[in-house]
Amino acid sequence: MIDLALVLEWVIKSLVVIFMLLGGFAYLTWFERRILARMQTRVGPNRAGWQGLLQPVADAVKLVFKEELIPARADKVIFVLAPILTVVPATVLAVVIPFGTQVILFGRQVNLAVADINVGILFLMAVASVAVYGIVLAGWSSNNKFALMGGMRSTAQMISYELALGLSFVLVALMADSLQLSEIVEAQRTMWFVVLQPVGAIVFLIVTLAEVNRAPFDMPEAEQELAAGFHSEYSGMKFALFFMAEYQKMIVISIIAVTLFFGGYLGPFIGRFPWLGPVYVLGKVVALLFGMVWIRATLPRIRYDRLMDLGWKVLLPLVLGLVLITATGILLADEFGNSLVWSIPVVSILAGFLTVGLVDRSLRRKFNALR
Amino acid sequence: MLFDYMAIAVFVFFSTAIAVTAILLGGLFGPRRKSEVKSEPYESGMIPIGPGTRRMPVRFYLVAVLFILFDIEVVFFLPWAVSFRKLGLFGLIEMFIFIGILLVGYFYAWKKGALEWE
Amino acid sequence: MTAEQIIQQILFFISAALTLGSAVMVVATRKLIQAALWLIVSLFGVAVLYALLDASFLVVVQVVVYIGAIAILFIFAVMLTQRDQRDKGPQLNKSWVLAALVGLATFGGLTFLVSSWTGFGAAAAPIPAGTVDMVADLGTALVSVDQYVLPFEVASVLLLAALIGAIYVAYNRK
Repeated sequence: MIDLALVLEWVIKSLVVIFMLLGGFAYLTWFERRILARMQTRVGPNRAGWQGLLQPVADAVKLVFKEELIPARADKVIFVLAPILTVVPATVLAVVIPFGTQVILFGRQVNLAVADINVGILFLMAVASVAVYGIVLAGWSSNNKFALMGGMRSTAQMISYELALGLSFVLVALMADSLQLSEIVEAQRTMWFVVLQPVGAIVFLIVTLAEVNRAPFDMPEAEQELAAGFHSEYSGMKFALFFMAEYQKMIVISIIAVTLFFGGYLGPFIGRFPWLGPVYVLGKVVALLFGMVWIRATLPRIRYDRLMDLGWKVLLPLVLGLVLITATGILLADEFGNSLVWSIPVVSILAGFLTVGLVDRSLRRKFNALR
Repeated sequence: MLFDYMAIAVFVFFSTAIAVTAILLGGLFGPRRKSEVKSEPYESGMIPIGPGTRRMPVRFYLVAVLFILFDIEVVFFLPWAVSFRKLGLFGLIEMFIFIGILLVGYFYAWKKGALEWE
Repeated sequence: MTAEQIIQQILFFISAALTLGSAVMVVATRKLIQAALWLIVSLFGVAVLYALLDASFLVVVQVVVYIGAIAILFIFAVMLTQRDQRDKGPQLNKSWVLAALVGLATFGGLTFLVSSWTGFGAAAAPIPAGTVDMVADLGTALVSVDQYVLPFEVASVLLLAALIGAIYVAYNRK
């Protein structure tokens, strides 16, 4: 039955998740700058408040009071629409994610997920594919050749990696036997999927870096060649929205990685204290985010042709192979005893090594041909 | 089931509202001092030459075509993935055939150089 | 009618209006890129219609395939053309009255035909929650011998043909 309490529950849950992401975005920028600074033996922002904790607030205030420019021959409607179209999908990705099991709140059974739909994985794919529009439209409407170039590159990159992303979703669906995210987490009670399919998890993490345009795949924002890529012409709050979208996507996609491969809200004592669920999610997400910052501090940007090659010629066939390996392994385990399930990680790791070897050989050959 | 979509609609509404509010805030508090030079396209200080939007290489279009085809393949995979335990060996073989046929196209694309970016 | 059904009706009319209105805008607007964007709105309206029918798989597939892939292709195609390729000619030709009449007659005929169907005007019965796993059923149906395995495999041949065709057209002119 639909009633006021239900609507109120939706509203409260939505607002909690949205503001959580907003706060997460603000402090992720601080986190990243501090960590990057440490890794480069600098100090990083430490003036505004204790340990620089008020820095995000100061940045937000600064951006609000900046002048917003719209280039003369830009398509104004689309120019304003583009940042909204970028930030909304980045947030909406979080809507299907379970942050825990059920808790009792004000005498109501409350699911710790806004909408745990039965096609959750496909929903993630759908929203990820909509996220492309903001970027391509921003690049197009700016009437700036570098912005257009950045937007097109970024779009081509994102759709190319979406295939490998979709196939790694298939991997998870195979292992969990469901597309619903809460059931996927529950299927990991005995064993996280990262144990069963380590190569799949690694591929997923690589692909998500490309999907959120993070280093070393931050081609669309390649400062040295494209000014700032698709958001060159944006300033003030509109720029802030692009920035927000990028960091919210980082957070959300880490939550998704945690949900799909690292046991989601599962952890010790979760059965007794359901409120521990969000805490476990947070802990795992912070670990992944630290990894993302670390990667940015470590790896140089990949050349664009190599980037597309990696997506189309390496990751796509690799994940396709992993899908077949996983399906075969699960069927073998069903037929001939459960211990055969270990053939999945073993064969997958072999396939991973084979891929790395082939890439290495091909690169060596190119190098030798140049000499 | 429909309720879940309503919850999603509520969520989309609020996230859009926040984005719109942010833009309105910027428009409200930001100064507005227009000038010729400011509304030029930004090219790191160079004077822009030629039109801002140009025709894109056909390669991007081809990537989009390839993407559609493989995307549909992925979409076909997902329902199979949640039901293949019931289908057993037969379902697996079906999927091998399905993938095999598409792999022919994939290698054709590779050989023709459709996956190359110079 | 229960409250749920009334809400469903209202949502139906809103999304139907959205779909049709934006479809009209697709042909009425003079800018190519805006036509593509209106098309996306129209496709999204169709997704909402699927949601109202509890067809959750189709909802997301509609978004993934039509909005996420095919409309992107349209946008890329628009970007292959020059900017400001506006349609400057008249938007209606001489026989628009005739075309409108034919359209109306077709609509009337279809409405007449459908209204004689017993299910016309009946509200869709809600699918009891948790009884059927529609996605799994769809997967089973796709690869079962007595159901849709042949169309399924033929679909892959169709995709293959499209793939080879696209590459041939783009690369063999050199």
